[in-house]
Amino acid sequence: MTPLTALLVRDMRIAMRVGGSALMGVLFFLVVVTLIPFAIGPDLALLKRIGPAILWLAALLASLLALDRLFAGDHDDGSLDLILMGRAPLELVVATKGLAHWLTTGLPLVICAPLIGLLLNLDLPEDGALMLTLFVGTPALTFIGLVGAAIAVTLRRGGLLLAVIVLPLTVPILIFGVAAANAAVTGPTAFGTPFTILCALTLASLVVGPFAAAAALRQEME
Amino acid sequence: MRLTGVDLACQRGERAVFAGINFAVESGQALTISGRNGAGKSSLLRMVIGLLPIAGGRLTLEGGDPELSIAEQAHYLGHQDALKGSLSVGENLGFWAGFFGLRSADPHSPLEMVGLAGLASLPAAYLSAGQRRRLSIARLIAVPRPIWLLDEPTSTLDAAAQDRLAELMDAHLAGGGLIVAASHGPIGLSAAQELRLGEAP
Repeated sequence: MTPLTALLVRDMRIAMRVGGSALMGVLFFLVVVTLIPFAIGPDLALLKRIGPAILWLAALLASLLALDRLFAGDHDDGSLDLILMGRAPLELVVATKGLAHWLTTGLPLVICAPLIGLLLNLDLPEDGALMLTLFVGTPALTFIGLVGAAIAVTLRRGGLLLAVIVLPLTVPILIFGVAAANAAVTGPTAFGTPFTILCALTLASLVVGPFAAAAALRQEME
Repeated sequence: MRLTGVDLACQRGERAVFAGINFAVESGQALTISGRNGAGKSSLLRMVIGLLPIAGGRLTLEGGDPELSIAEQAHYLGHQDALKGSLSVGENLGFWAGFFGLRSADPHSPLEMVGLAGLASLPAAYLSAGQRRRLSIARLIAVPRPIWLLDEPTSTLDAAAQDRLAELMDAHLAGGGLIVAASHGPIGLSAAQELRLGEAP
């Protein structure tokens, strides 16, 4: 096993154990989305119109839920010191932890989205488009969140600071993710334009996120 | 292999912790660091592996692998045990062995050497403080690295485990390794140099 696969396997195992972040993220997502129809009432046209935005907001909050423990857990029990002593570059270590986070919290949301979309009066082809935007967009949420998680690592109550740092940075993802999903659900704009920009944002965050987070971690350690 | 510190100084925030520290340890030798609380024993160890910036002086390693930093050739046994409670004893050790580059890790024999062989499938959350420390020590045995940096290694260990640790340290020194240990009392290293911190130089 290479160092990075060992880290990936370990982080995914921890997330999937009892009390881990994987189940919590999905449950939170389901609860938030389920509550909306109760609050808004059975107006099917309205639900269809705001459905994509609600799913996206819930996905954003759910992926934020587990982020604050991403590095703080390793920092608190001393694992981070040892991880810094490994031979794997810190940028790749950070990216691997991000990948593990996405596989255990982002990907389950993407898989649940079509099912939960039914509650918001979304039909199958629309669900497919929504699922695609979430599949492309949630990695960006994770990798932008990495930076906030790294900055908040030494703080006892870092979760709030994390939300304050990360949420404004995710605004572009939210705008283009919801725009693409809306285009598929209600039209009349083309799906491709916002979706392409969403892809570009994700690719950029995959590159920038690990470097920024690794730099923040190095700074914190001093 | 020779680890040398020349005129080392440590600064934590505004406070100068220590300055003008010199030491040299060679393969097969051990160095114990003693001193009152807050004298900088742990800080010196963390400096060696680059977790704290060196405020002054030089730290060099001769005869090591020139491709690798000191930290990448060292094991650090700190106050925290770096274990995940939700993973089993075997999984915890297997992870660190894999992360430190061991291709095919057999967690059984290191666990046997620290007396935890029967607990390999138990979640680490159920271990006592001494057992957690022994599991951390198993990491040093599982992955061979020449430099051991030990911070109060015996603090939670019972008498039998302390003897076991002393044997493991002797075996490590006999195999050409070197040990730097911070401790208040004797940790069972028979022929160790001593570095006292916090006294007038």
